Amino acid sequence: MKLPLSWLGDYVDVDLPPAEFATRVTDAIAEVEGWEVIGEQWDPELVRVAEVLAVDPHPNADRLVLATVNVGDGPKTVVCGAPNVASGQKVAFATEGAMLIDGHSGKLSKLKLRAIRGVDSAGMVLSEKELGLSDDHEGILELPGDCAIGAPLVEAIGDVVFDVSTWANRADLLGIFGFAREVAAVTGQPLREPDRSYSQSERSASDFVSVTIEAPDLCRRFTASIIEGIEMGPSPAWMQQRLIRAGMRPINNVVDVTNYVMLETGQPLHAFDYDLVRGAEIRPRRARPGETLTTLDDIERDLDPDMLMICDGEGPVAVAGIMGGGNSEVSESTKTVLLEVANFHPGSIRRTSTQLKLRSEASLRFEKGIGPDLASYAQDRALHLLEQVAGGRPASGLVDAFPTPLPSPRITLPAARIEQVLGIPIEAGEVRRILVALGFDVAESGDAFEVMPPFWRPDVALPDDVVEELIRIYGYENLPTTVLRGALPEAQPRPLERVREQARELAAGLGFQEVVSYTLTSEEILSRVVPSTDEDRTGPLAAMNPVASQHTYLRTSLRGSLLSAYAANRHHEDAAMRFFEVGVEYLPTEADLPHERPVLCAVLGGQRLERWERPGPERLDFFDAKGAVETLLGVLGVEGAFTAEEHFAMLPGHSATVSIGDDSVGVVAQVHPDVAGAFDIEEPVFLIELWFEPLTRVIPERPDYSPPSRYPEARRDLALLVPAETPASALLDVIRTHRARGVRIAADVFDEYRGEGVAAGQKSLALAVRFRADDRTLSEKDVVRIEQGLLRRLEQDIGATLRA
Amino acid sequence: MLVTIFVPWLANGDRKPAAPSNPLAPQSRAAPCGRQTRKVKTPLALHRAFAFGDWLLSARLSRSPTYNFTQPMSTIEAEIDALRTEALEALTEADGEAGREAWRAEWLGRKDGRLTLRLRALKDAPPESRAALGKSLNELKATLEGELEARRDSARADALAALSADAALDVTLPGRPQSLGRLHPVTQTMNDCIDAFAEMGFRVFEGPEVEWSRYNFDAVRIPDDHPARDMWDTIWIDTLIEGERQMLLRTHTSPNQIRVMEQTEPPVRVIVPGKCYRQEATDASHEWMLTQIEGLAVDEGVRMSDLKGTLYAFARRLFGEDRRIIFHHSYFPFVEPGVEMAIDCFLCAEPGSDCRTCHDTGWIEVLGAGMVHPEILENAGYDSSRYTGFAFGVGIERVAMLRWGIEDIRHFYQNDLRFLRQF
Ligand SMILES: [Zn+2]
Repeated sequence: MKLPLSWLGDYVDVDLPPAEFATRVTDAIAEVEGWEVIGEQWDPELVRVAEVLAVDPHPNADRLVLATVNVGDGPKTVVCGAPNVASGQKVAFATEGAMLIDGHSGKLSKLKLRAIRGVDSAGMVLSEKELGLSDDHEGILELPGDCAIGAPLVEAIGDVVFDVSTWANRADLLGIFGFAREVAAVTGQPLREPDRSYSQSERSASDFVSVTIEAPDLCRRFTASIIEGIEMGPSPAWMQQRLIRAGMRPINNVVDVTNYVMLETGQPLHAFDYDLVRGAEIRPRRARPGETLTTLDDIERDLDPDMLMICDGEGPVAVAGIMGGGNSEVSESTKTVLLEVANFHPGSIRRTSTQLKLRSEASLRFEKGIGPDLASYAQDRALHLLEQVAGGRPASGLVDAFPTPLPSPRITLPAARIEQVLGIPIEAGEVRRILVALGFDVAESGDAFEVMPPFWRPDVALPDDVVEELIRIYGYENLPTTVLRGALPEAQPRPLERVREQARELAAGLGFQEVVSYTLTSEEILSRVVPSTDEDRTGPLAAMNPVASQHTYLRTSLRGSLLSAYAANRHHEDAAMRFFEVGVEYLPTEADLPHERPVLCAVLGGQRLERWERPGPERLDFFDAKGAVETLLGVLGVEGAFTAEEHFAMLPGHSATVSIGDDSVGVVAQVHPDVAGAFDIEEPVFLIELWFEPLTRVIPERPDYSPPSRYPEARRDLALLVPAETPASALLDVIRTHRARGVRIAADVFDEYRGEGVAAGQKSLALAVRFRADDRTLSEKDVVRIEQGLLRRLEQDIGATLRA
Repeated sequence: MLVTIFVPWLANGDRKPAAPSNPLAPQSRAAPCGRQTRKVKTPLALHRAFAFGDWLLSARLSRSPTYNFTQPMSTIEAEIDALRTEALEALTEADGEAGREAWRAEWLGRKDGRLTLRLRALKDAPPESRAALGKSLNELKATLEGELEARRDSARADALAALSADAALDVTLPGRPQSLGRLHPVTQTMNDCIDAFAEMGFRVFEGPEVEWSRYNFDAVRIPDDHPARDMWDTIWIDTLIEGERQMLLRTHTSPNQIRVMEQTEPPVRVIVPGKCYRQEATDASHEWMLTQIEGLAVDEGVRMSDLKGTLYAFARRLFGEDRRIIFHHSYFPFVEPGVEMAIDCFLCAEPGSDCRTCHDTGWIEVLGAGMVHPEILENAGYDSSRYTGFAFGVGIERVAMLRWGIEDIRHFYQNDLRFLRQF
């Protein structure tokens, strides 16, 4: 909302510099987002108020005139080209040296006077553009009539316009008077009410019109007044200037008054041309099926039965609380005005304006909730102004349909509640002062305050609402900082989150960069990485109103996000890259929120860096991915088993399932080159997926511990021939399960060889086998004996033979 | 008296390989440092006696050690002198550590060093000359060992000197590349926030990102037709559950206030981290996917001053110990009173310096907070006359942007390594 300080000054004195005013307002009332100073560059000596005494033709030019102006020190002659200059006007007048905006270049420059077509000019009568008020350079600016001749212009019409953002529950702050009341409460200055006096004619308004509310649930009150003898025309300069500063366009005196009063009080009003209201009756009712109305913006609106319409004897004349209809609009020929000031159900206004996609200054106020009593207040103010600026004669009385006036709410605020909520007491005198300044009635009864909020504050309903009024005016700077007391809640074990966060740290430690991707993706990207046969992951949830089409579907896999990140970074990274993300897969469920399945997904690939930070000849491969998983699982306290298995979007023969015991916990694989290619990745890229739910089930609270042995290990290197298709894990499984009395056997593969010296269909695996006893140093004889047993077992179980 | 010593000769075969001449290998004696050079001391008089040569020859040809004590002692002394001369000369010529090791094996080898054999043969010497002979041979052994050690020290010193000088590194060359991974800046900031609140006794709770409209809005006092809904532009899910239950991407973490209170009894002290979503156009300060942390404390005696104290501690922890905070009035439907918290700007020295962050106000808005609305407590089954609570919501991206001076929120989820690797 635009808040001109000059207008605010009608109701409350403000002596603070703009920055300090902004701070005080922001602290206690509403957020000041900025301000604009009007007239900062107007020199008080050189730019002043003048009166036009006479306008005569220029002797040498048809389009120019000679204006005689008075700046308080006698008549001066000025050459002027504006078409609208007229005798009796108050104008802005500049003399040599004034800083003005050049009408042509738009730049700030110093005024230099010269003779125009042979006539000397004593100064210049200024347009809005030259004053920096607007881009209007067609005519001169006409000042309000009450500006004092010779006064510095900056004093007459200089201003500060604040830009204020108010709250969704405070329609009263969208009225400058309502705002002034808060400022007065904050600064302690007295508040001046706007003038609401007017004379009334003999005829009663009810002789002109009747009001029947047919939808009392949507229309809580409807007041109508009648003003005869309207002289339509522009509104006075002061009113136009204020409307413009507040961000509205002047239209005519009647419409301007309704807007002015709305800006002042926060209560929207609507003026009808009485003679266009059919049947001398007003009926607020729901729209009938098929009804339409062309609103003031010339758009034909389809109405539906949930919408409240203002109707006359024949049909809709306005969309209640949102916009009037063209059929009853005031115009140059209007003689009699029917002024509507009503109160509507806020939710209904909001629904209707959302449905019609029509937000107006009126609807923005109604939807926040306005007290019904404000209607008659605004009527009085508008009638005062219409009498002043449009020559109208108000008929006596209001036609006031107010089916069920609400009782004023009473709130009992125990004094102790203030301290219970805030942590500090507020002294009773201060409580009274603050509440009274905000317009509340307050009485003390025992240890409590009986509080009656004013009609313009429907948002205040509970004792704590009153506490907020107190503390914001009392000042949050007076609230001390204290430390939470009392017992701590019991800690809940969160094993999955513990494992997840540990895995996140480990992945980074293993050289993977964490990324965070948008969780909404496209169907195309999902279909590249999720098989259509996966019932959990197909049919992803979609956004009804996505921010962009590529962010429509909630991802059921993180693969696409990681591969996209890999591809995008490949444009500027030439060496190996490793990325991981910890996130959830949003898996739709039958009748509930989706299952948000937590997963770690990683991709890696590219050329390993060599000594000089250049990509070397060696690429990351499957075993880099697998090694990372082995290390990660090892630190978590489990050992994964890797089984060759095909996975969707992965290269067959280069793809493994990771399992622990009977639980499958993840995937390690090379991404299928076709799939990688679809992401514009033209090199081998490898993928890791680990799901935290099964992982958490198998991870021990703490890893197994056994003290380091006091006896040395014996190591034997064995080269074994096995059928080529036998996985190394088969050998290791045999060795792991081989039992030799009191001796632990462990083995690692350290070479795989096929080719010369090894028969076709076979491969040679080199194993480092380690033997250790917990109670003695093994003798050579022991080791040989155990080794013989182990070799026999390997041959029996999987046909492994010692390579000669 | 003549003494003839027959010494067994064995081929110089199965010896330990010489130790590599690594001057940095550990040695029993402290090695001299620096560029100091030590000269080998050579005896001035070098006697060459043919007798010695004969003795040597006979000793080498002989297979069984026998002694001939027919020579007089003076001759033996002379032969020992000759032996010393030969040994020291050979040491001088020994090439490198391998040469020195071969020399040591030849002369001082434990099994069959030439001097060792002579010492071992002492037991057969006549008792009257054994002592004198033993003394001479032991002196010779000490001399040889000393010289060997001296040669080794000297060689090690030379090598170190060469390593320090000739092989000095260009320390400005790049280090060997290491595989590097980091946590995302939002994760790092989130972890720091969680730590700050965990120190004050807050537990972590998590809730769903896809949320019921009822939890996201209605339960936190934002009914369908209330203009407060404009504060949260919503991404809706296009599927209705059971034909009527509307899902959305949560616009804030606040629905978890309700979820926590439904599940637990006071005292409540939780923080809820997580992603949130807004249907809005992006620019340098707006992103449609956000990360928030919600805080909630409910108990008897929880006061707004506690909220201020809690957030003060948080602000100092995240933004520096000298931070100051202010509250100003705000409106959120689920709190009463409601405030926004600002910290004093630590990026501009003084007002009027065109600060992009605080716009010269000196204050930076950081989060929204307030006392939990009594209706929300009542809806959760808590007695709002007995229990009070506070709640707050922090935007993690905003905190991260302030900490690192990041100018555009859209960097966070582009996953550009050139951005991510800076944190
Ligand atoms: Zn600043």
